[in-house]
Amino acid sequence: MNTLGLYNYWVVIVLMMTGFYIVIAQGNLIKKIVGLSIFQTSVFILYISMSTVSGGSAPILKEGISLYSNPLPHVLILTAIVVGIATTALGLALVVRIKEAYGSIEEDVIHDKDEKEC
Amino acid sequence: MLATHLPVLQVIIPLLAAPLCVLLQHPRMVWYFALLVSAAAFVTSVLLLQQVLETGEISYALGGWAAPWGIEYFIDSLNAYLLLIVTSISTIVLLAAQTSLAKELPDDRHTFFYIAYLLCLAGLLGIVATGDAFNVFVFLEISSLSSYALIALGKSRKALIASYQYLIMGTIGATFILIGIGLMYMATGTLNMQDLALRLADIPESRTVYAAFAFFIVGVCIKLALFPLHQWLPNAYAYAPSVVTAFLAATATKVAIYVLIRFMFTIFGVDFFTTTGPWQNMLLVLALFGILTASTVAIYQNNVKRLFAYSSVAQIGYMILGFSIGTAGGLIATLLHLFNHALMKGALFMALAAVTYRVGSVELESFRGLGKRMPWTMASIVAGGLSLIGVPLTVGFISKWYLIVALLEKGWWFVVGLILLGSLLAVIYVWRILEAAYFSPPENNPDETPEIREAPLSILLPVWILVFANLYFGIDTRLTVDVSRLIAQGFFGVSP
Repeated sequence: MNTLGLYNYWVVIVLMMTGFYIVIAQGNLIKKIVGLSIFQTSVFILYISMSTVSGGSAPILKEGISLYSNPLPHVLILTAIVVGIATTALGLALVVRIKEAYGSIEEDVIHDKDEKEC
Repeated sequence: MLATHLPVLQVIIPLLAAPLCVLLQHPRMVWYFALLVSAAAFVTSVLLLQQVLETGEISYALGGWAAPWGIEYFIDSLNAYLLLIVTSISTIVLLAAQTSLAKELPDDRHTFFYIAYLLCLAGLLGIVATGDAFNVFVFLEISSLSSYALIALGKSRKALIASYQYLIMGTIGATFILIGIGLMYMATGTLNMQDLALRLADIPESRTVYAAFAFFIVGVCIKLALFPLHQWLPNAYAYAPSVVTAFLAATATKVAIYVLIRFMFTIFGVDFFTTTGPWQNMLLVLALFGILTASTVAIYQNNVKRLFAYSSVAQIGYMILGFSIGTAGGLIATLLHLFNHALMKGALFMALAAVTYRVGSVELESFRGLGKRMPWTMASIVAGGLSLIGVPLTVGFISKWYLIVALLEKGWWFVVGLILLGSLLAVIYVWRILEAAYFSPPENNPDETPEIREAPLSILLPVWILVFANLYFGIDTRLTVDVSRLIAQGFFGVSP
């Protein structure tokens, strides 16, 4: 196992941490959702990478090919992508409502407005 | 035969009923429909529990595809017990929904509420019923997404922020769970829980399995709001519509604890949990911190819904504490508290729904003098509060008793002391409400606000059903203790 052979997994980790960092560090509600999407996407790549069988072809039935990659993680991740889209859509819908209610999508501005209300 | 399809009916009835709600635009009609569906789910769960107790575990191959290739629904006594908790609370809460929502939601939103509610119910039931690890994730997201929507229906604009925060935290938690399940699949090549358990036992030392375990446990702990991952919970509970708070507080975190128990004890196995790492101590310490910190914070809250939300974080601490002991006795304490806490918090948050209905606010200030104006509602808060503290003859006493017995078996005197301290803190925060309700005069002249009187029967009835259950299961513990014993026996082999 050489380091380069795990290239996919390094990408997964970099993406995952980038997304996670954006969620934590950004105060803008839209950017947080962008970060969240990147975070989720990294997991999709993790699943797809693990399904590889060395020398295997894409899991599409065809004559002359006997070795296929594992199709199950692909199917699983289709479901996870749908879930990810639903989450992003719901998150953005909430941001629209927040913008209507507060007139801002910056976390500190919203926080200040809530403080004043009390 | 319908009886053989019970496991799938349990999930599919609310799941299919949810979109059908669109056809019913009238608030009252859609309420009747949702209530009917929830009642049907309740009946199904009772039948399932009966079937499991009589004939043992039920395995249901979805669509006729045999496990481990197809998705299996697997019901043993633990699943049936959880299904019973979720459906009974859901039905009781729905009884009051129509009246309580009339004041909190515009009429045209009611349909959306019931759709999200039924989807959330279907998601929670699905998590419990399924025997497939990836399916757990899917149902988890169904229930989470609908609960974000439910919370955002709250009246105050803070509900939107609370829902958004929960969405961010919840998605991170769910993604961690997804990573954990992915790594488990990587190590074993299967997603069926029974199969996973068999194959993981054969893998001696693997970093993949440890990573899977770590990701999974952190993800679930976010979902069940274990201290210090509880940040989303207080605001979400405080600003959601009253019935939503009652439903989520009594069921959502319980189901997350079920997931923890199932994966820890069935899939990774009791030995893995007790021998391979400092998991036990880690959970024990976090649980104790949770109990003491959250109870202390609860004392300083002025919004009663927030106060009880923090108290929920503390109560989750008790459940994790029992779990972290890693013995049959500890697990029994956790399972009892799952059931009992659902009853207490259900009753308390429903009583708050009654207060919101009449007074329009749950700030501590507005509780002044309510002891006279809403005697039945306040009496139910007294009963729920006593149960929360753990006074004998209430369910709270039963679960604390079993927890302390389990700790003493281990000889952990120090922890017992801290639990008693936690109960004392509960006395203080419950007392603050009672003091305002019974011993403070109302701020303004009672003649000026004549509209504050006892809550309508449609809210009081479910509250008192739950209060009565609090007392009944505090005295007659046969059902809860026997089932918990049976479950613990399944995991630990010996009868405690």
